[in-house]
Amino acid sequence: MDVLVPLPVAIPLLTAAALTAFGYWCGRRLDDLIAIVATAATLVISLLLVFRSNDHDLVYWFGGWKPSNGVALGISFTVDPGVAAVATLVATLALAALVFSWRYFDEVGTLFPVLMLVFVGAMCGFALAGDLFNLFVWFELMSVVAYALTGYGVEHAGPLEGAINFAVTNSVGSFCILFGIGFLYARTGALNLAQIVAFTLLVGGFMTKAGAVPFHFWLSDAYAVAPVPVCILLAGVMSDLGLHAIARIYWTVFSGTLSAGDIRPVLIGFGLVTAIVGGFMCFLQRDLKRMLAFATISNIGAVLVGIALLTRSGLASSIVYLNTNGLLRGAAFVAVGILVRRFKSGDELDLRGRGRRAPIAGVVFAAAGLGLALLPPFGPFLANALVVDSADTLGYGWVPPVLALAAVLSAGTILRAAARIFGGLGEAKDPLFSHEPEESQEEPTDTRRVSQPLLWIPAAALALVGLGLVFVPELAGHALRNAGRLVDRSAHAREVLHGVPPSPAPAPSYSPSAAAYAYSVASTLGALAFAAFGLYRRRLPIVLRRAAARVADRPVAGLKALHSGVVGDYVAWLTAGIAVLGGVVAVVVR
Amino acid sequence: MSYLPFVLAAWIFLVGIFGIVRSRHFIHLVVCLSLTQSSTYVLLLSIGYVKHGGAPIFKDVPLGTKAVDPVVQALTLTDIVVSVTVAALLLALAIQAKKHAKTMNPDELRPVRG
Repeated sequence: MDVLVPLPVAIPLLTAAALTAFGYWCGRRLDDLIAIVATAATLVISLLLVFRSNDHDLVYWFGGWKPSNGVALGISFTVDPGVAAVATLVATLALAALVFSWRYFDEVGTLFPVLMLVFVGAMCGFALAGDLFNLFVWFELMSVVAYALTGYGVEHAGPLEGAINFAVTNSVGSFCILFGIGFLYARTGALNLAQIVAFTLLVGGFMTKAGAVPFHFWLSDAYAVAPVPVCILLAGVMSDLGLHAIARIYWTVFSGTLSAGDIRPVLIGFGLVTAIVGGFMCFLQRDLKRMLAFATISNIGAVLVGIALLTRSGLASSIVYLNTNGLLRGAAFVAVGILVRRFKSGDELDLRGRGRRAPIAGVVFAAAGLGLALLPPFGPFLANALVVDSADTLGYGWVPPVLALAAVLSAGTILRAAARIFGGLGEAKDPLFSHEPEESQEEPTDTRRVSQPLLWIPAAALALVGLGLVFVPELAGHALRNAGRLVDRSAHAREVLHGVPPSPAPAPSYSPSAAAYAYSVASTLGALAFAAFGLYRRRLPIVLRRAAARVADRPVAGLKALHSGVVGDYVAWLTAGIAVLGGVVAVVVR
Repeated sequence: MSYLPFVLAAWIFLVGIFGIVRSRHFIHLVVCLSLTQSSTYVLLLSIGYVKHGGAPIFKDVPLGTKAVDPVVQALTLTDIVVSVTVAALLLALAIQAKKHAKTMNPDELRPVRG
């Protein structure tokens, strides 16, 4: 048993408790500093866990309640390199967010660092949890803290609405998860039916957290209004945690009874719809945070497709994708935060050309856009290459072009915003965009000057790590080997319950195929072209524009109308989504 | 084991969801959410129920005494705690909505759209 395993959860939670108790007497600056140090310690320990768990899983049984004869009575943390990498991602983003939020909030002293620390601890706990009960408890803690952080700026209507939609929709999602856990635990007479119901409810619940279409409506509302430091964590990692849970639950629980061939098309369908709808909605936004929220949804779809392939390569791709994309989206959010702090605006048209005075934010924002556009040889490209090669062997050769199209839509929009804000390109008005919210929603409340490096260092660091992660030697090989350990269900169970170490296997070597390069080059060029289209759309010939308007106007208006901002509608969509998911699963499994 | 508790849980869940979807007042919304959550208590407790089983306290009782399942009871307790937390948070947000946005109707409080 490794003493380090519980520390990524224990350190932030204990520090949060101590800050709550004594923080009042420490003064604001010291509180912030303590939070930063605790998060840095969490980061170091999570990183150590990645290396320590490289050869075999680290299993920590709470209170020493180890399984006897293969029956587990206690609850556990189970750590493999993929899980530890997610915890590292959480800590990295939190560190950047805390550094960035130095002198961001004026009022209510220690509340913010305490909430952030609890959020970090809960997300690490959720990532490391080895059983469903544990998973559920951390899920709830993570959710409740996220609601509170989203609604942090309660004096505006925007954060209120976002937090309420977030809380209600995700609560309903968590009830579904709880129902699913109950059905699994009960193992009632009609085993097959109970399995289908449990699978549907668990996957639907976690998709709500992840923000897959049609469970995604709350996400764009919440991320658009949450304070920037919170957005870094929400968009960077919390959404992906839902998908991470789906992958782990499928491979450890359901892979024995629900065959991959049956489930694959269903999940791929949800993933592709999410990727395309997210990218399309992204294009229609002018508010930068809401734009990045929809880019998150689009990315989530791509990660979901990787998981949905239900192969070793797909799982490995999702781990790489989740980490690199999370870092890049975090970097983009920090860049937006710099703009909000400096110009008191987060609106693309409003900021046109003004960003020239913040060049580092511009470079980071554009780099994040290019990374998300699958520019070879960076991280998202590698993840996409794994998906391309795996999909080809499975006979799903039509999936990679759709994914490339989604990358064109979302990354092209980010590049468009970068060109307009930091280059002053494009037109000053565009009637296609969703309206600007009436009141400016969020601004830093502490107006004193803050030293500039505190702002751009987190942004640059996140972007550099996100882009540079791919140069870790044999990253793909390690991801594949690690995914292989989770995919082999019986060996995984033997290892966790009986302590039988896995047979040592060398990391397979992997080099992307020519097709993968072709798709990535196409999507990068496509994203640049799409950015230019977004900027100079109205210079196209009138005939072309009329034809486009005839085809696209009604779907665009319909899609906009669906995102109504009313929580009742969102819950109705959630219920419909679960019904569709359950119906389709029942049909394909039969 | 009877199917009645499962039917009851599903019924409470659906009634609660219907209430949330149709809600025009934040307080009503929070109550409906709590109602929906109570369906999970019914489900979990019925899963752990054992006929003629006592409370799961294994002190001073002979080995093999029938008892209900403590795991789901623990989960239900956790669930109740979560429910109270979420309800408190949402009610606090509702008070802020009344104060700043001067409305308790989710339809009127929606600056973000499209």
